[in-house]
Amino acid sequence: MCDQTFLAITFGPCDSCSENRPLMNLYIKTEPINYCSLCMEIMACQGLASGETLKSLKAESETLRKKLEEERKKLHDVELEKVAEKAEALGELNMKTRRTLKGHGNKVLCMDWCKDKRRIVSSSQDGKVIVWDAFTTNKEHAVTMPTTWVMACAYAPSGCAIACGGLDNKCSVYPLSLDKDENLSAKKKSVAMHTNYLSGCTFTNSDMQILTSSGDGTSALWDVESGQLLQSFHGHSADVLTLDLAPSETGNTFVSGGSDKKANVWDLRSGQNVQSFDTHDSDINCVKYYPSGDAFASASDDSTCRLFDLRADREVSIYSKDSIIFGAASVDFSLSGRLLFAGYNDYTINVWDVLKGTRVAILFGHENRVSSLRVSPDGTAFCSGSWDNTLRIWA
Amino acid sequence: MSGSSNLVAMKKIVQQLRFEASINRVKVSQAAADLQQFCMQNALQDPLLTGVSSSTNPFRPQKVCSFL
Repeated sequence: MCDQTFLAITFGPCDSCSENRPLMNLYIKTEPINYCSLCMEIMACQGLASGETLKSLKAESETLRKKLEEERKKLHDVELEKVAEKAEALGELNMKTRRTLKGHGNKVLCMDWCKDKRRIVSSSQDGKVIVWDAFTTNKEHAVTMPTTWVMACAYAPSGCAIACGGLDNKCSVYPLSLDKDENLSAKKKSVAMHTNYLSGCTFTNSDMQILTSSGDGTSALWDVESGQLLQSFHGHSADVLTLDLAPSETGNTFVSGGSDKKANVWDLRSGQNVQSFDTHDSDINCVKYYPSGDAFASASDDSTCRLFDLRADREVSIYSKDSIIFGAASVDFSLSGRLLFAGYNDYTINVWDVLKGTRVAILFGHENRVSSLRVSPDGTAFCSGSWDNTLRIWA
Repeated sequence: MSGSSNLVAMKKIVQQLRFEASINRVKVSQAAADLQQFCMQNALQDPLLTGVSSSTNPFRPQKVCSFL
């Protein structure tokens, strides 16, 4: 008999046999229980004895799933587009590339704005992470990571540090110094350790904590100073490709999307998966919260973007056209939430009217896939990074 | 034994579904109305929506010249 291999997060005395073993953390009715794998087996078999066979559990899960479907259908009394008919139509949008940031030697994979609305950090396939001043297009700092495919990068809220990671399975934090000659790699701090590539990272409200998502199917919350794992989030059955933190006014949750076509909403403190949405037909490449925090949008390889409302617990709008056949890699909302910018693998950026579900504009300019897209903190512009090695600022 | 680990996995799924089935939900009409209200309230503060003039937008060129 061999029990399954699991990622042991804690090691210590088991709650039932009191021996020091690697512990599996389970929640029963929100009570955390730390059992070693042997006691877990025993408890599972005892659960069996009280009348619950595998068959009965399967049947119960089917009925629960059906019940969920019904509940969600009952609330679907009207479409978002219908409600938004009375809203004013949007005028012509006049957006053009205002700055082009050249300097990366290979595909740009990720970018993030600094809270000062002017600095941008971007990472690329060749392992370079560059901090730009978007107004002047000057490069302020450059770091060479010991790995290629740096798929995630983030700016700290204070503007004093950046975090990045990729195929090295780690998330590293680099404090930025004003001294241009200083070697940034010397001060590097490895914060997160996953067992597969790092797909996304973001700082929480302070410089002290980082949330990461990984190809190993988990997301995790880490303390930057000590590198300690504070909470881990299990529930995806395949790679987690993206995550986004809820806007600070609405509380401690985040949403993650993965290759299992699901988007899950998690509670930061308990690690509990509070809501799950699985209407996409393919991998979810990017998720972003609506500015009010009550909804989120997702971009997927099935060439659609969708809006999910958290309080109605369902998908409320789908942004797609028959002429769009390439996957969407990245989305972001404008400040008011009326516009949704989405970057696609056919080198274009489509701008959607969130309420009416119609496309407002197509932006051309990039010469390869648009891999990441973010609106600046004050909403005056947005930046897109592409596999054509450049970043463009649009306003 | 893979049998009991299936059981543990199944139990977790059922617990998760029970939890999800019990959350409070709002009607789509209400949720949609709230989304629309948020958009309307913040529309004026949205520079990308209203189009900010060259003098206030740091990214737009100040000089009158055409870019090709």
